[in-house]
Amino acid sequence: MNQAVQAAAPAQKRKPKETGVPDNKKYLHPLLAKNYGNWKYHDRPRPGVLHHVSHTGDEVWSVRAGTQRQMDVYTIRKLCDIADNFAEGRVRFTIRSNIEFIVSEEAKVAPLIAELESSGFPVGGTGNSVTMIAHTQGWLHCDIPGTDASGVVKALMDELYDEFRREEMPNRVHLSTSCCEINCGGQADIAIIVQHTKPPKINHDLVANVCERPAVVARCPVAAIRPAMVNGKPSLEIDEAKCMCCGACYPPCPPMQINDPEYSKLAIWVGGKNSNARGKPTFMKMVASGLPNNAPRWPEVAEVVKNIISVYKADARPWERMADWIDRIGWPRFFEKTGLPFTKYLIDDWRGSRANLNASTHIRF
Amino acid sequence: MAKKLHDTPNLDQLEDGPWPSFVTGLKELAKDKDYVVDLLGQLEESYKTRKGYWKGGTVGVYGYGGGVIPRFTELKNEDGTPKFKDAAEFHTLRVMPPPGMHYDTATLRQFCDIWDKHGSGLIAFHGQSGDIMFQGATTDNVQKAFDEFNEMGFDLGGAGPAVRTSMSCVGAARCEQSCYDEARAHRAVLNTFLDDIHRPSLPYKFKFKFSGCPNDCMNSVQRADMAIIGTWRDNIRTDEALAKKWFAKHGMDELVNDVVARCPTKTFQLKEIGKVKAGEHISSVAVSDTHAVEINNQDCVRCMHCINVMTGALAAGTDKGATVLVGGKSHLKIGGLMGTVVIPFIKLDTDEGVEQLVDFAQRTIEFFAENALEHERTGEMIERIGLANFLDAMEIDVDPAMVNSPRMNPYVRTDGWDDEVAKINAKKNAA
Ligand code: HEM
Ligand code: SF4
Ligand code: SF4
Ligand code: SF4
Ligand code: SF4
Repeated sequence: MNQAVQAAAPAQKRKPKETGVPDNKKYLHPLLAKNYGNWKYHDRPRPGVLHHVSHTGDEVWSVRAGTQRQMDVYTIRKLCDIADNFAEGRVRFTIRSNIEFIVSEEAKVAPLIAELESSGFPVGGTGNSVTMIAHTQGWLHCDIPGTDASGVVKALMDELYDEFRREEMPNRVHLSTSCCEINCGGQADIAIIVQHTKPPKINHDLVANVCERPAVVARCPVAAIRPAMVNGKPSLEIDEAKCMCCGACYPPCPPMQINDPEYSKLAIWVGGKNSNARGKPTFMKMVASGLPNNAPRWPEVAEVVKNIISVYKADARPWERMADWIDRIGWPRFFEKTGLPFTKYLIDDWRGSRANLNASTHIRF
Repeated sequence: MAKKLHDTPNLDQLEDGPWPSFVTGLKELAKDKDYVVDLLGQLEESYKTRKGYWKGGTVGVYGYGGGVIPRFTELKNEDGTPKFKDAAEFHTLRVMPPPGMHYDTATLRQFCDIWDKHGSGLIAFHGQSGDIMFQGATTDNVQKAFDEFNEMGFDLGGAGPAVRTSMSCVGAARCEQSCYDEARAHRAVLNTFLDDIHRPSLPYKFKFKFSGCPNDCMNSVQRADMAIIGTWRDNIRTDEALAKKWFAKHGMDELVNDVVARCPTKTFQLKEIGKVKAGEHISSVAVSDTHAVEINNQDCVRCMHCINVMTGALAAGTDKGATVLVGGKSHLKIGGLMGTVVIPFIKLDTDEGVEQLVDFAQRTIEFFAENALEHERTGEMIERIGLANFLDAMEIDVDPAMVNSPRMNPYVRTDGWDDEVAKINAKKNAA
C-alpha cells in the first residue's frame, strides 16, 4: 500500500449499519412462513426425519444431517447444492450444529437422504439418538484451551456414528465438550471437560507487564493469589495448598500458565439436563477424572463415554434421560454398573455442598 | 495453488472414520490458501505439544468496540518471528444469526464467497452463544469482510463485558409446542441493546436466550442471565382422534409406565371412561372405548412430558406466554447457577406484552450495570444482594412461584412484617 492511499484511508471509513438481529421471515421455508405459530403435531417417520403437520393440513418434512460444525466453504457450498437440487433451497441449523433441509413433499425425502449420505453427511440426530456434540473452540481458536474441541468431537462422533443414525436410546443423549473449566460447552447428559491437576506455573518476568494484578487476585474463587515481589519485580504468588487448579487466573494473566501437557487431564460429567420435562433441570455431576489428554483421538475418553452410553442404553427405561435413570438406580449402582471408581474427589466440598450429601437412610443395597 | 502442506501426522488421523472431518475441510482450503497451510501447521504443533498458541489483542471494526475475537500467534522462532507466518493473525468475526437459524442457500453462498475472498474460508454454524463464527482473517481484512456482511443485512454480535448474541429456538416456525413468537421477542429485546452489544461497557457479559416452551431447547435456564421460556396458564388441550391413534399404536403398558408414572406431580391419571371427572380445571380425552386420560391442570407444572410423548393428542393451552428466569451461568466464579423465576408469567402475544418484556430487560441491565461488581454475573449479583432486594429494585411483587420452599432458617430480621402484610392487603383490595 503506498502512503497516499494509507493517508486517505481514515476518511473512507464506512460507518457500520447497526441493524442488529436480522428478520428471519425471508429465510423461512414458504410453508414454515405460512403456518407460523399454527403447527399441530409431528412424528418421526424414520431416524433423521421430522414430519410436521399444521392445523391447516399442510405438511413439511425436515431431514437432519450431521456436520463438522467447523466447515470450509466447499462443504457449505456442497450442502447448498444438495439443498438446491434435492430439497427446496431452505435450511436451518440446530443448536448442536446439525443442518436441517425442509421439503414440502414426502417423495423428496428418500432421494435427499441418499444424496446426503453418499456425500458423507450422516442423517440422524433426531429423537432418542446420540446427537452431535456441543463443542467449543480449542486449540484451533481459543487463547486459553487445555485441549482441542473439534478434534475430540470428530474422534468421538466416529465412535458414536451408528447411535447418531439410530433412535435406540432410552431418551435423547446430549453431549458436550469443553477445553477448559469455564465450560463453554454447557450442561449435558455426558460432558467432557478439562480438569487441571497442578497449580499454574508463573512466569514472574512477565506478570508486571501483562497482568492487572488486583484483577487477577480478585478472580480466584478460593483467594489463593496474593501480590508479591519476586526477583525484585512485582508479581503474584499462589498459595498452592489452597489452589484447586481451576485456571480462572489464566485468562486475565497468561503468564500464570495452567495448561500442562501431562497434568491437564480430562474429566467426565453426567446427568445435566436443561429441559423441564419430568424433573426440574439438573446440573451435571463429575463421575470420572484423571483421563489423559491423548491427542489426536483421545481413546481413553472415548472408552469411558462409550461405556456409560452402553450401560445407560441397556439399563434405562423408556423416556429416562441420564439424570432420570440415575435417580432411579442411585449413585452406588451407577458406579457399580459402569465400573467407574468412586473416589473421595467426587464428594462435593464447594459452597452449598451439604445439599449433595445423603441426609437420610435411603440407600439401595 | 498454495505452498506445500506441512507434515501433519496427528491431524491426518482425524481424517479417518465416518464422521465429517474438519481436517479434510481445512486441507481443501489449504489447496488455495497459504493462510490455511500455516493454520494446519500451527494446529499440528498444538496436537504435538498439547498446548494452545493463540493470544488475544485488540482488533475491531470502525465504530464498534466488540464483536471481533483477535488472535495472534504465539508460536515463534528464536528470533521472534512467527513459526507459521502466514497464519500469524487469525481473527474471528462473530455475526448474529437470524432467529431460529434459518437460511436460504443464496445467503449461505454469499457468506462463503465473502469469506473465501477476505478470510480463511472456515465458518462455524454456530458458536455456543449462537454466532455465525467467521474464523480466520488478517487484521487488514477484518473490516473488508465486515463491510460486506453488514451490507447483506448482518451485524456483529457481542464479546467481552457486553450484551451477547442471543439464540431462539425453531419454535413458532415449525414446532407445535411453541408458546410465543420467539423470533419477535428475540429481535425486540436484542435490538434494544445494540449499543450494549457493540460497545462493551457492562460489569460483565449478559446473555438472553429464548425458548418457546419448557423443553428449553436453547438450554437457556443454565446459560442465560435472562431466560425467556414459553408456557401457558389454561388447560392442556386434547384431540381424541390423535389420542386414540397414539393408544392403538403404543398400548396400555406404555401409557401407564411412560406417561402416567412419569408425570412429576401425578396429576396425569388414567381412568375408566365413566369415572372421569368434569370441571373447570380438568382436561380429559378418551384413548379407547373404555379408558380416558384425566389431568387436573391446577396440579400440572407444565413440564411438557405428557405432551412430548403424546404430541398432538395433547397440546399446550391457548392462554400462552412465558416465564422469565434470571441469573443462569456456568462455573466461574462461585459455581454453576440456574436461572430462577422472576416473572412467573408474561403475555407476549401483543405489542404491549413484548414492550413490557423489553422494559423489564432494560431495567435489569441498568440495575446490573450500576450494582454488579466487576466481573460479576447477574446470578452472582443476586446471590450477593438477595433476590428480595433485586425484586424490590425491579418493582416486582414477591410470589411463592419464585421459591422451592420458604425460608429454612430464622436468621432474618422481620420487624417490617406488619407493613408488608398491609401492603399486600392494600394491593389485593385495590385489585
Ligand atoms: C478468555 C477467553 C474466552 C474465550 C476465547 C471464549 C470463547 C468462547 C467462544 C468462542 C464461545 C462461543 C461463542 C459464540 O457462540 O459466538 C464461548 C461461549 C461461552 N463462553 Fe466463553 N470464552 C472465554 C471466556 C469465557 C469465560 C471467562 C466464561 C465464563 C465465565 C465463558 C463462558 C462461556 C459460556 C458459558 C459459553 C456458552 C454460552 C452459551 O451457551 O450461550 N467464556 N466462549
Ligand atoms: S471452554 Fe475454555 S478453552 Fe474452550 S473455548 Fe471456552 S473458554 Fe476457550
Ligand atoms: S488456578 Fe484457580 S484456584 Fe488456583 S490460583 Fe488460579 S484462580 Fe486460584
Ligand atoms: S423449546 Fe419448545 S417450542 Fe422451542 S423448539 Fe424446543 S420444543 Fe419447540
Ligand atoms: S405437563 Fe403437566 S400433566 Fe403432563 S406430565 Fe407434566 S406435569 Fe404432568
